Amino acid sequence: MRTPALDLPLMFVDVRIVAREVTILDQISLKLEAGPPTVLIGPNGAGKTTLLRAAMGLIPASSGQITWGGREFSAPTRRAIMFQRPAMLRRSTAGNIRYALAAAKVPRAQREARMRELMAEVGLVGLEHRPARRLSGGEQQRLALARAFARDPAVLFLDEPTVSLDPAATKAIEDIVRTITARGVKVVMSTHDLGQAKRIAGDVVLLHRGRLIENSPAAEFFAAPRTHEARKFIAGELLM
Amino acid sequence: MEGDVSALHLMLTADPVLLAIVRLSLEVTLSAVLLSALIGVPVGAFIALNRFAGREAIIVILNALMGLPPVVVGLAIYLLLSRSGPLGAWGLLFTPQAMVVAQTVLVTPIIAALSRQTIEDLWVEYHDELAAMNVGPLRRIATLIWDARFSLVTALLAGFGRAAAEVGAILIVGGNIDGFTRTMTTAIALETSKGELPLAIGLGMVLISIVILINALAWGARRAGERYAG
Repeated sequence: MRTPALDLPLMFVDVRIVAREVTILDQISLKLEAGPPTVLIGPNGAGKTTLLRAAMGLIPASSGQITWGGREFSAPTRRAIMFQRPAMLRRSTAGNIRYALAAAKVPRAQREARMRELMAEVGLVGLEHRPARRLSGGEQQRLALARAFARDPAVLFLDEPTVSLDPAATKAIEDIVRTITARGVKVVMSTHDLGQAKRIAGDVVLLHRGRLIENSPAAEFFAAPRTHEARKFIAGELLM
Repeated sequence: MEGDVSALHLMLTADPVLLAIVRLSLEVTLSAVLLSALIGVPVGAFIALNRFAGREAIIVILNALMGLPPVVVGLAIYLLLSRSGPLGAWGLLFTPQAMVVAQTVLVTPIIAALSRQTIEDLWVEYHDELAAMNVGPLRRIATLIWDARFSLVTALLAGFGRAAAEVGAILIVGGNIDGFTRTMTTAIALETSKGELPLAIGLGMVLISIVILINALAWGARRAGERYAG
């Protein structure tokens, strides 16, 4: 187990995010603590990606307060994010990881060994010299995970990490999520896939139209949803 | 026909006059492209990454400057470097250095404008990742320039093409002095006006060959690099 993350608990207090006069998140109050993965679910446009970006510190709140470990301004040294469509740097696979290690200020002497560890951790051994942009979709997602791990994160945000991946590639990502969770990394991920949420989530946050509808332990959420919207979403009905 | 044969003879016998002109031309052009790259690429990157008042106007002006008339640039540099000009004390007028300055003024906007576009496109792609990695402003610029290096070759080639083909500006500030500031383009213009076609044709063939060779080398390097880095 790693030491408790300085960035946790991550608190949203009545957070509102407005972009170009459109309210994307509205009155979000949420506490993310160390423990099993928190999974954000909700239809398209619910605000999942914006919430993850705000939690990472990439988007400021228009009103309300976001705090990391009780601090309002916190350099993202121990948190990392993997975007839904991660950009591959125009370098080799190993070069992408080396870059992330350098950005994370890992001492030069340790980078090569750490790069090899990360390649092994995400199952990309043998692809060190392949241009990152020529990897398959699943391999690119795993490379993006390795880049995120280069920061040795205590909190890892994953934005739809398995969207458009085949079952084998999805399983590979889910296995990695389980491994790092067991190691003490707090994973906060969004997904459209209710099955994936059931497999992975410790607790579930349902968002709809920028508002937090329900936040409860996964077993409770799926067995006895408290809200009408949650019941409809679980039943596969459209949330309008 | 006679001119073609004589031109070929000059090239095959490595005529010293022809070689000296070719050497000076390459020195001036490559120096100007190098200087322009050192100025233009960072300027393009800075404009690509930053939002500030007047940015759009600067982009429009930069794009417009790509079409700077060489004779006007030549005249402006001439006025600056002439004995009575503000930089007259430097004694650069009618020297190869003055020609480099003139070509740098012509080529820098081309490299800066094309670099700005190339780097801005890559910045759109990289923005979130670099922000998430907490990469600082200088490292962002360095990363974008490095990762766009193969695309930036096209900007350098455009600048090289402009400089290699240029005659008006260097004629004015260089003076086309035999054995000192005579380049391929100015020599072609002079020899043609004198009716001395063999040297003009020979120089024209050499100039075209050099442009093709440099473009081929750059293209090959770009393809090889892309295969390695993606």
